[in-house]
Amino acid sequence: MRTMPVFRRQKTEALQPVKTKDANYSSQWRLIYLRFKKHKLARISLFILAFLYLIALLAQFIAPYGLQSYDSKYVNAPPMGFHFVDAAGKFHIKPFVYELQSTRDPETMRKIFVSNTEKRYSLQFFVKGEPYKFLGFIPTSTHLLGVEQPGRIFLLGTDGMGRDLFSRIILGSQISLSIPLVGVAISFVLGLIIGGISGYFGGWLDSIIQRIIEIIRSFPTLPLWMALSAAIPPRIPVVTMYLYIVIIFAFIGWTDLARVVRGKFIALKNEDYVIAAKIAGVGNTKIIVKHLLPGFISYLVVATTLAIPAMILGETAMSFLGLGIRSPATSWGVLLQEAQKIENVALYPWKLIPLGIVILTVLTYNFLGDGLRDAADPYKK
Amino acid sequence: MLQYILKRILLVIPVVLFISFIVFYIIQLPPGDYVSNYSAKMSAAGDVMTPVEMDEMRANLGLDRPIYEQYFVWMKKIVTKGDFGFSFNYNKPVTAVIKQYMGLTLVVSLVTMVFHYVVAIPIGIYTAVKQYTAGDYFFSGLSFIGMATPNFLLAIILMYLSYTWFGDPLLGLFSSEYVNAPWSMDKVLDLMKHMVIPVIVIGLASTADLIRIMRGQMLDELNKPNVVTARAKGLSEFKILFKYPTRAALNPIVSTFGWSLSSIFTGATITAIVLNLPLQGPVMYNALLGQDMYLAGSWLLFMALLTVLGTLISDILLAWLDPKIRTEFRGN
Repeated sequence: MRTMPVFRRQKTEALQPVKTKDANYSSQWRLIYLRFKKHKLARISLFILAFLYLIALLAQFIAPYGLQSYDSKYVNAPPMGFHFVDAAGKFHIKPFVYELQSTRDPETMRKIFVSNTEKRYSLQFFVKGEPYKFLGFIPTSTHLLGVEQPGRIFLLGTDGMGRDLFSRIILGSQISLSIPLVGVAISFVLGLIIGGISGYFGGWLDSIIQRIIEIIRSFPTLPLWMALSAAIPPRIPVVTMYLYIVIIFAFIGWTDLARVVRGKFIALKNEDYVIAAKIAGVGNTKIIVKHLLPGFISYLVVATTLAIPAMILGETAMSFLGLGIRSPATSWGVLLQEAQKIENVALYPWKLIPLGIVILTVLTYNFLGDGLRDAADPYKK
Repeated sequence: MLQYILKRILLVIPVVLFISFIVFYIIQLPPGDYVSNYSAKMSAAGDVMTPVEMDEMRANLGLDRPIYEQYFVWMKKIVTKGDFGFSFNYNKPVTAVIKQYMGLTLVVSLVTMVFHYVVAIPIGIYTAVKQYTAGDYFFSGLSFIGMATPNFLLAIILMYLSYTWFGDPLLGLFSSEYVNAPWSMDKVLDLMKHMVIPVIVIGLASTADLIRIMRGQMLDELNKPNVVTARAKGLSEFKILFKYPTRAALNPIVSTFGWSLSSIFTGATITAIVLNLPLQGPVMYNALLGQDMYLAGSWLLFMALLTVLGTLISDILLAWLDPKIRTEFRGN
């Protein structure tokens, strides 16, 4: 059907969105953004998360030492701070660290470390260290932080094998922060497709899918995680292990999303505008993509965000028990394995630092999810 | 109502059957079997098993047969004799091993359950009534942190604190002198003392969650017209609070009772491993790692059954509270 050119111009002019800041004329996404901006905690959380992911992306560059690097001379060394003023009260423009010397506690005969205030190593930036691939493909050996040779810098102390905890937390964040993202992405796709089929077509297909979801959900999550993780063969390459774990998490996680999607599909598919589109002869795919998806995609984003914290905690728990990520790779859960022994916590409390990072990440994800949930329905009072 | 309950119970049977099959499949997934594990252990001790001996042992244990045959034998024994198979590690029938740990697991779970309701509901009401006050911020902050902390690590921190403050890390569920002692008043007291940390640790996450739910529900209910009417009639604030919003807010929480039970039951797994409690968690963990397949399988099956049962109870409670669900079900 062709309309007269003049008429068409008039019509499109009338339909042009009015460029104004009035909420009545804003798009759905802009309204969501405006509401989200009002949620202060969620905004702060978003910045913290962005910062954490940036560090994870540049981990090899920021970490002073690599994953394999260890020094048996510095086992269980405490965190060392950097100083500007030395023991003699002299100010140095370049921050520096003192040399660590191991001695024995005169009472308990336990090995302890003291700073040797005689020897200073100043902090340096862009130092040459162990070679690595920047962003995974640019070979280089420049690290952000370091100290003069033969000094050592352990900002957050070392573990029972003399490995720098600061470096390992940063390198571990690559796995700990990406597993939930990849896992959730897979469950997002699975949930969207399976839940969509179930909700849109209904009938016997819906019944079968619902039964399957019911069965999967009947399994208690933790024991099922444990059972599946125990099935991962030992001594496999890191990448394969990573994939296995992600698949295990996604396999259990998709059912929740599928239920959300199904519910929304059922609620929306009988709306007048969808029926009108059907009568007008619009195909299934186009109805789903054009008319149904925009109606609930924001809820789906919220549900996905809220699913991430559970995955972080799950990965930490599994790795902690030795059923998840294993050496040579590391994650926060692996780092916390040493905290399993109460003596370690009592004598070397800095081994609990990864716990603080886990809590921070989960908290920020929870707040972000909360903010998104409030923002997802911009028309709500 | 009765019709709905019967239908709902009948629906459980195929689900349980399917679950049992998946469970069996999962527990034999790990590479190797009990025999190869056992022979590795023996050879570490200096006693090397020949392949012939290993095959003989497999034939003895019935591990040489195809998996579906093993499954049917296992299922047949469960249904006809209530026999869940034999635990290789403990050298005892699985039922005996489960019985040994069942009592304490139930006690700890139920105490945790009571703890989580008793703590969460009053706090939830309080934070809703005093919304945006210092008290609300304090408890809300606490519940957010409670949800974000991996509870097994909280266990370690609490153990450490109890060690530095009381000189006793309170490991396990009994002090050493009571482990094998017959039950007495002192033993019960000792058990209660040791249960403080596990109960807090296991219950924390679900308590934090429940506080959030209760608070949200109360906030919805507090501004309803019936509350306004009651206030206009001149009822005391206290009476208003407990007569209308609290009762309405409790409904959805009562209906999720079944889920809470099973989540607390399974949530104890890792905590029990870390705190070295004589509960089902560590038994299951070792069974999984040691390929003690019938024990691990029975546990997994049992856990899944509990979740199904929990969902069933919740569904029935929901239907009892909400007639809409009943009729919708009948309509199908």
